[in-house]
Amino acid sequence: MNKTDALIIGAGPTGLFTAHQLKLIGLDCEIVDNLDKIGGQCIELYPDKPIYDIPAVPECTGEELTNNLVNQIKPFNIKFHLSERVDEVKKDGDNWIVKTNNGKTFSTPNVIIAGGVGSFEPRKFSVKDCEKFENKSLLYSIKDKSIFKDKSVSIFGGGDSALDWAVELSKNSKVNLIHRRDDFRGAKATIDKVHELSKSGKIDLYTKFQMSSIKGKDDLESIEIKSDDEQVKTLKTNYVLGFFGLIMQLGPIANWGLNIDKKTIEVDTERFETNQKGIYAVGDICNYPGKLKLILSGFHEGALAARACFKLARPNEKYRFEFTTSSKAIKDRLGVKSD
Amino acid sequence: MAKIIYITDDNQNHTVEVQTGLSVMEGAVQNDIPGIDADCGGGMACATCHVYVNDDWFDKLPLKEDGEEDMLDMAFEPKRNSRLSCQIIVSDELDGLIVNIPSKQG
Repeated sequence: MNKTDALIIGAGPTGLFTAHQLKLIGLDCEIVDNLDKIGGQCIELYPDKPIYDIPAVPECTGEELTNNLVNQIKPFNIKFHLSERVDEVKKDGDNWIVKTNNGKTFSTPNVIIAGGVGSFEPRKFSVKDCEKFENKSLLYSIKDKSIFKDKSVSIFGGGDSALDWAVELSKNSKVNLIHRRDDFRGAKATIDKVHELSKSGKIDLYTKFQMSSIKGKDDLESIEIKSDDEQVKTLKTNYVLGFFGLIMQLGPIANWGLNIDKKTIEVDTERFETNQKGIYAVGDICNYPGKLKLILSGFHEGALAARACFKLARPNEKYRFEFTTSSKAIKDRLGVKSD
Repeated sequence: MAKIIYITDDNQNHTVEVQTGLSVMEGAVQNDIPGIDADCGGGMACATCHVYVNDDWFDKLPLKEDGEEDMLDMAFEPKRNSRLSCQIIVSDELDGLIVNIPSKQG
């Protein structure tokens, strides 16, 4: 069981800055995120897109913003728990017991949800019966590529993941690459490589096709793919891989007894606390009159939620407001010299 | 203002007046039309405002910008007449536009 003063759910810009604010006022915190990397939507959706409305930063990309925030919290050595999705939040006396999908547990008086629009999950096939094969012969990510050796693998998608795996797996497997249009959106070198491998017969390429059905009893046997002009082909295959990117799902948050309206959590604007004492929501996921879904709003919300956490984490102490420019205690926490 | 007709997956027609200059996505969100999630808020970064444009209208729309087709690769059941509604800007010419909303966005 991990004990901490505050647990932050979500490692996007709002979660990162909230962590900064907590540590600055002398509280301990840890961060959980379902993605395997830090940065949230900034990293997953628009790492290369410039942002123009971060105060005092005329222009930066999602990736640069994330890197700067990570640098800003470096002095604090904050513990991250990545690739962990929080599934359960339950009350236990004055604390919340938080459990992740991989069995990690936390005990904390404060839970701060900085979850954007929820957790990122792979987009799935819509075809009937696909669920039956999921995690066995139908996969949305690859943990161990050796299982595909000498097997037939059908890869769906048109981005870098689909292309990279098609190239890689074509070395030891029979690969079908299926995509809904002729154009791919990956790196040019990889696209060229795929076409080259297609010409030499190492990859069977089917463009303007999508999956229409999947067949097999216990083991996957074959799939049918259908083109825009209703042409149908049957492909024998041992594995199906789908690479359609990620989608945000509110997921388990819906079951924590919070007031939720249109995928957002209602909070007050003094503490950014939800209807549950000790659970706060900040950033895109919170909702209050006048809410703006801007990164700068998330920073403000996190700063106030962090102060609210103090009371529950240090019930016998009084929080004292201090500036970073003048406080010796804050400078000590940052590891910088006082004047 | 232009009249936009949103048809949800259960075949309900929602006809609303949308201010010109707004996107078809914003018209749906502001009028509480179900089935358009618009998770990224119109940044062409998520494919959760996916619609099927009525065939009579599809060719009358301004062409897709770079990147929209890439995002549509990730949409739920994309078809030939798929568009991201955040990228369709309402104008007087689009008065009467009909879009179908897919059964889900992801």
